[in-house]
Parts: sequence; structure tokens; C-alpha cells
Amino acid sequence: MSHPLLVRYLRSETQLQDRLSHSYISTKVAEFDAALQGFPRGAITELTGPASSGRTSVFQCFLAAATSEGEYCALIDASNTFDPHSAAAAGADLKRLLWVRCGGNPEHAMQCTDRLIHAGGWGVVLLDLGDIPAHVVRRIPISWWYRFRRAVENTPTAVVVIEREPFVRACASMAVEMPPAHVVWSGSHPDFRILHGTVGQLRPKKPVRSAAPSFKTRALA
Amino acid sequence: MYACLYVPDPSDAVRAALRACAEHFSPLIEESAPGLIVFDARGLGRLHADGHALAQAIARDAATIAGARVCVAPDPHVAMTAARGRVGITVVQSGEEAAALAPLKIDLLSPSEELAETLAAWGIGILGQLAALPQHGISERLGAEGLALWRMARGSLSRPLVPESEPVSFSARFELEHPLELLEPLSFLLARLLNDVCSRLAAHGLAANEIRVVLRLETGSDFERSIRLPFASRDAQAFLKLLQLDLSAHPPSAPILAVCVAAEPAEPRRVQTGLFVPVAPDAEKLELTLARLGAIVGAENVGSPELPDSHRPGAFRMMKFIVNDSAAPTFNNTRQQLAIRLCRPPLPAQVITEHGRPRRLMARDIRGDITAFAGPWRTSGEWWRPDFWARDEWDVELAGGGLYRIYRTATATPEWFVEGNYD
Repeated sequence: MSHPLLVRYLRSETQLQDRLSHSYISTKVAEFDAALQGFPRGAITELTGPASSGRTSVFQCFLAAATSEGEYCALIDASNTFDPHSAAAAGADLKRLLWVRCGGNPEHAMQCTDRLIHAGGWGVVLLDLGDIPAHVVRRIPISWWYRFRRAVENTPTAVVVIEREPFVRACASMAVEMPPAHVVWSGSHPDFRILHGTVGQLRPKKPVRSAAPSFKTRALA
Repeated sequence: MYACLYVPDPSDAVRAALRACAEHFSPLIEESAPGLIVFDARGLGRLHADGHALAQAIARDAATIAGARVCVAPDPHVAMTAARGRVGITVVQSGEEAAALAPLKIDLLSPSEELAETLAAWGIGILGQLAALPQHGISERLGAEGLALWRMARGSLSRPLVPESEPVSFSARFELEHPLELLEPLSFLLARLLNDVCSRLAAHGLAANEIRVVLRLETGSDFERSIRLPFASRDAQAFLKLLQLDLSAHPPSAPILAVCVAAEPAEPRRVQTGLFVPVAPDAEKLELTLARLGAIVGAENVGSPELPDSHRPGAFRMMKFIVNDSAAPTFNNTRQQLAIRLCRPPLPAQVITEHGRPRRLMARDIRGDITAFAGPWRTSGEWWRPDFWARDEWDVELAGGGLYRIYRTATATPEWFVEGNYD
């Protein structure tokens, strides 16, 4: 015997998931869009990986794509690592970007993210915890992530969290892992080379039935 | 019914006396020329039986003004023309405008030079002669200007009164009996004053893009704060929240004796949004959000980055974030750009070199043998400034993984730094 309230809740959750599944913001990374359609609106996406895995290149390309669609984006930069020159080179419209520098304080970053998500009207809210040590991020209460998930659902906002390790877990609708990227150098002489770019790999962890088990992206210097 | 007071070639004292006289009868006053004041006398019928009684009352009030002429007429224009053309008291009843104006000279209507010459050539010198001419003939020969003059001569060209409005003050002040030390009770006062100011703005169809608060302190000095918005608003609640955040970040140095709130009036914001335009943060809510973020991380850390016209590595300016309606740029990147995560400030590092080639990198949390590198790339600039830069850059890949940009300062005592990692 199933409880009617539980059935109703599960049905509404399923309907919500169905609705959300049709609403994505394209990343303009061809491989990413082909496999995952983009980042889902009204949900949290987790992008994890170590340094030099290509996370920032993917999210800056996403930033460029979103701003070119007329979306207003907010970037909560926990460690002040964002480079506006890189973003401008990727094609992002910096006038549509709100940059919040938290000076290495993850608590401030979470508070600012909460304020921005609850204010509404943003196309994309990016929380960059990529350079915060894992043991510090692990101390963030999981209630924050549940709060974010409830606040963002049924809104057109896509929340993207960048971390070294997955911490959002159950609250994320999409999780993508990026192992260290392969560096491509041009030239054969060991002393006279030029950095050509990196080839990164994306491994979708969530949703489980993604189109491709893993795929590669290429970022050029 | 309109009344007109006129004194030819008035002095400033006479003009002031004329205005004071008019203000005894009506608040709606227009001074269309020096010494020529016309005012709205409608509604005075209960005090004065008819136009003659009203004119007599005005004349009695203006008795101290030498040479003052008084005219009461159904139309402001007729009243002004008759006052200028007739001496003493003139009363024009409704339907008698043409007859009252007929003996007056054409010059009173100030026709253009060309038109005046034409009329003079026709032998027309008074308004009655002009009014007697056929309308179609005037229209064909003298055009729109001649037709307007013809209508004025007949007293049929009506125009509304354009009363001068007193400059409205959008400020409110509150004196306190006892000094106020806490911000919380101050917010109640601010709410009351802001509601008063915003309702006055609404009554005049205006909004404000700047709110100033002046606090008179117990020390005798004034403490002033202002909130400037990129858009005009009259949302008292939003202004109150912004002021609360601002005052909690910049509290007054002494107890408060008086509070004054003043608004800078501006045209209200009109926004036409589209059905298929992506959503944008609500302007009022955005200001509050930015103020709250500024209270958490500092106002200088919240904004929109702007790239200055400089080659200095990592240079940027923080600008105030505003929602603008400009068209978004088209996305035409066909390739994904390799991004860098900057270390702010750059990490001091130790680099072991062999024959000028970097072989090992050691910095905080970064350590490893360099397996591949590209460089050095010399960059320098702004040599005329004390904070000029000159450095050699390398892109290095470490054995344990990680792609970094490092640089060595090109100074007398070179130092190594990690600028960031490619990600």
C-alpha cells in the first residue's frame, strides 16, 4: 500500500524532472552539448576536477554562450581566481557578468550565492570553489546545498558549482567529472615549444543514463 | 473668467506688487510678459456677483500701484489684449470679445514684420478691421499665421492659462527631542520620512534616482550619506533597506538630533520587456542584493569587470553592475579557449634552472619537476610609472600533473612567481 501523499509527491517530482529535462542552457562546447544538451535550468550542476583539468575553460565557454543569449550571469569567485581577460577572449560579455570576489572565504561565497539565487532573475549562477581546499569545502553543511536546490527549482536559473571533489552529490541534478587534461605542445625540440592547448575528458556521473560514458574537449591556447 | 493686471514698463517693485495683488485672488498665476499678469478667477463667483464686481475688487487691491490696468474676460488671451489696449478697468462679457477688441491696434497682437507690412498696405490698423475680413480670404492670402491673427482679433482663439508652479521640495525633516543613539529606532524615522517624500514624488508623477540623508549630530556637525541608483524609483521600502545597509556600514559618529531626507526628482523609469527576452534581475531588487553582497564581502569586491586599455597582465577595473538593455554580442567562437586561473597575489616560487631552462618548480601547494615548458616570453610596459612591469614568462607542465604560467621579474634581483594555472 502506498501512501497517497507519497504518490503525489513522487508524481510531482517526476513531472518536475520531466519539465526540467527539456530546459537546458547550451554550453556551446559541441561535445558537451551533444552528450548532455547543456546545463539544466532550475537545477544544480556539479563540475569537479583537479587543477588543469579544463573545468575553467568549460565554464568560461558556457559563460560566453549564456551571455551571448542575453542571460545575466553571476560568478561567485571564492578564491579570486577569475581572469576577466580569459573570459573576454572566450567571448563572454563582461557587462552581463556580476563578479563577486570572496577573498578565499567559502562562508562568504555560500552566503553570496544564497542571496543571488533568492534574488532571482539570473540566467546562470556560478559558484567557483575550485581552489578551496577539499577539507574546507567538506565542512560546508549539506543543508546549504538543499537550500540552494529548493530555491532554484522552478526558476530559469542554472546553478553551476566548480569543485575539486564532488560535495553537492544528492542535490545536484547533473554531475560531471574532469580528470587531469592532456597537455598538447607544438614543436618537437624540447627547448623550443609553444603551448598548443589541452585535451580534457568529461565523465558524466549524473544523470546515470547519459548519452556518452565520457567524451573529450579541446581547449586551445 | 480670467483677470489681467497690466502696468507698462514696470519696475521690479511694481512687478512684485502686481504678483502679490494677483496672489490675493488666485494661486494660478501666469506672468506672460513683464508687468502683464493674468490669473484664473473662476470660482470667485460666490465672493463677487459678476465680472464688474470682481474687476472693482481687483482695482481696489491694486490701487496703490500707479497706472495699473485691470481687465476681466472669459479668456486669458482676450484679457491680456484688452488690458494692454485699454486704460483703467475693462470687463468683457462672454460673446462680446470681438466688440471689446475691435478698436484696439493690430500691434497688440505682435504680428510678424512681413504680416504687419501687408496689413498696413491693405489699410488695416485696428483689430475690428481685421476681424471683418472673410476667413477664407485671410487663409488663402496670409496663411496659418494670418488666420491665427484673425481669430485672435475676433477673440475666438482660446488658449489655456499656463500657471507658474512653485518649485516643489522633495525633502522631509524631523527634529528629535532627545538624541538618538541606535540605528534601529532611526530606521522608523527614516521609514516615515521616506514614505512622505515618496508619496510627494508619486503625487507629482516623479521618481528619484538619489536619496540624501543628513543627520544633525550632537556634536553640531552634519553627517551626510547618499544613495544613488542607476534608475529612478519611488519605492520607499527599497530606499529604506538601502539606507539601513549603508548606515550600518557607515554609522554616524555621535548621537543624532535631527534627520533630514531629500530626494533628487527624476522622470520615472519606463520599461517595455519582450515576451521572448531572457529574464533579468529586477532593478530594485538587484540594488538591494548588491548592497547586501557589499555588506558581506565589501562593496569594492562586487561589480562587473571592465578591461582597461592596458597590456598590464591581469589588469581590470570593477564597475558597478547594472542591467542594461543593450544587445548581447553574438557568439562566434569556433574553438574553446584555454582559460587561466590567476593567483592573486602571485605565488612566490623557487625555480631550479639548468642553462637558463626551468627544471623544478617549488611554491606553496605546488611542487614538481618540469617535464615540458615554453618560453621565455619577455613582456614589459609602463616604464614611465613607478609600478612598471618587466618579466619573462614560461608555460610549464609538471610531472605530477598541472600546467602553470610562471614568471621571473626582470629586475636587478630577479624573483620567481606562479601567476596561475591553466585550467
